[in-house]
Amino acid sequence: MLRVNGITKVFNARTINEKVALHNVSFTLEKGDFTTLIGSNGSGKSTLLNCIAGVYSTDRGSIVIDGLDVTKFCEYKRAAVLGRVFQDPMMGTASDMAIEENLALALRRGQRRGLRWGITNKEREQYKELLKKLGLGLENRLSIKVGLLSGGQRQALTLLMATLKKPKLLLLDEHAAALDPRTAKEVMKLTDRIIGEDNLTTLMVTHNMRDAINHGNRLMMMYEGKIILDIKDKEKQKLTIEDLLVRFGSISGEEFADDQTLLS
Amino acid sequence: MLQILMAAVSLGLLWAIVTIGVYITYRILGIADLTVEGSIVMGAAIAAITISRGINSYVAIGFAFLGGLGAGLITGLLHTKLKIPALLSGILTMIALYSINLRIMGKANISLLRIDTAYTVFENMGLNSTISVIVLGLIFITGLIGILYWFFGTEIGSAIRATGNNPQMVRAQGINTNTTIILGLMISNGLVATGGALIAQSQRFADVQMGIGSIVIGLASVIIGEVLFGRRNFASRLFSLVLGAITYRIIIALVLKLGMPANDLKLFTAITVAIALSLPIFRSYLGPIRKSIKRSQ
Repeated sequence: MLRVNGITKVFNARTINEKVALHNVSFTLEKGDFTTLIGSNGSGKSTLLNCIAGVYSTDRGSIVIDGLDVTKFCEYKRAAVLGRVFQDPMMGTASDMAIEENLALALRRGQRRGLRWGITNKEREQYKELLKKLGLGLENRLSIKVGLLSGGQRQALTLLMATLKKPKLLLLDEHAAALDPRTAKEVMKLTDRIIGEDNLTTLMVTHNMRDAINHGNRLMMMYEGKIILDIKDKEKQKLTIEDLLVRFGSISGEEFADDQTLLS
Repeated sequence: MLQILMAAVSLGLLWAIVTIGVYITYRILGIADLTVEGSIVMGAAIAAITISRGINSYVAIGFAFLGGLGAGLITGLLHTKLKIPALLSGILTMIALYSINLRIMGKANISLLRIDTAYTVFENMGLNSTISVIVLGLIFITGLIGILYWFFGTEIGSAIRATGNNPQMVRAQGINTNTTIILGLMISNGLVATGGALIAQSQRFADVQMGIGSIVIGLASVIIGEVLFGRRNFASRLFSLVLGAITYRIIIALVLKLGMPANDLKLFTAITVAIALSLPIFRSYLGPIRKSIKRSQ
């Protein structure tokens, strides 16, 4: 479903601040793979996600989504096949617009937008049903502004928006990291449910080792712009945090250091 | 006094069209677009030259609208394709339009005395010139509010509104934000030029200098409208813009009546807008003071 072929990304090339964020990264996600991507700060995991989403262009290599080479596509064109949820709950929604308006924008992802009415009544019924399933009581508040929602509610809504039109690939960028632990847990539960229901191919960046281990069928770890670990299915099921720390240490020769990991 | 009020209302109605244009860039897209200063003159210039050449005054307004669309397009391209900051893009187009407007008119000033204008139809019905302006102004404003209410409810319109709110999210929904920004700028300047065409016909001349300060007047009207008449939903916002533009004209008429020299008008407007824009800051200072006063009671 997703094929990343040897992509390299250098920031501030040919300056004193040159930083190779991605170094010849290659991997393939099969249809239905729910992959967690973990790594310490600056390991390149968010850069990788942004390169796939088209926020950054790559310096070398190619990105193929469902047989379509999107390497030269700009961000909004790639969005036709991508669903995205960001770390910052403010990023995924338009706060001055109503819940239903946000959903309506998301429902038309990848379609030509014309002079038809922005929301139809039939859609509203659909949104009500979907919001009811979130269990946040938003189904009766379709016309309130998203800015009035809490961070957790906004992330749940963003998740719904990202999957309203089934994406070929769902990109989650530490989407529970900015939430309090209880809300984060709820959002992760919802993530599992939505991904499971539609068997969505997913790449989820996370800081949290426990989340990386408990979710998905595959785990990749990044270090200094490279993927250093790729653990799948059966092997992943048996994986513990201790295993992960030992294997990270033996490959990188360092200790996995990250405030959030230590705290969680 | 009534005479003065009526004149203020009539001018306010025409400026309401400009105000709605400014609102689209300033509030919906979040851009302070200085193109306005040039496109309002462009509208006036196109209307004046075409009418004085014998073209129907309503067709002339249509040409003015098209001219404004073009001005907005240029600013939009400078901003989105060439990545020039929005404010600077607007300034560049504004300066360029000064020369272009002179070329359109062929001189600095065109008089429309003793020529049929858009208002002549109503004057022929026996209405005086001020009432004619009010009638045509109301017709334009009503139509405009209806069209804009519809447009900003459509798929494209929603995308434009979302662009000003959160461009990152809009791109993630597969929308080209360059297109929505350009569209917004075009519509805005199209409306401003339409306003310019109507203003020129009501004052019966077009002048290359008439745009100076128009962005500030537009902003003043937007803010007065929001502060005094609320900003609940989109339709009520559009109405509050119209009331804001009229209120601004009434305020100006009153201070002139009270003896302020006309030369100080722009200074007065600038100070008004500066105070209105800084209201949130004053509130944040006043808020804690008010609270502590309450607590001490």
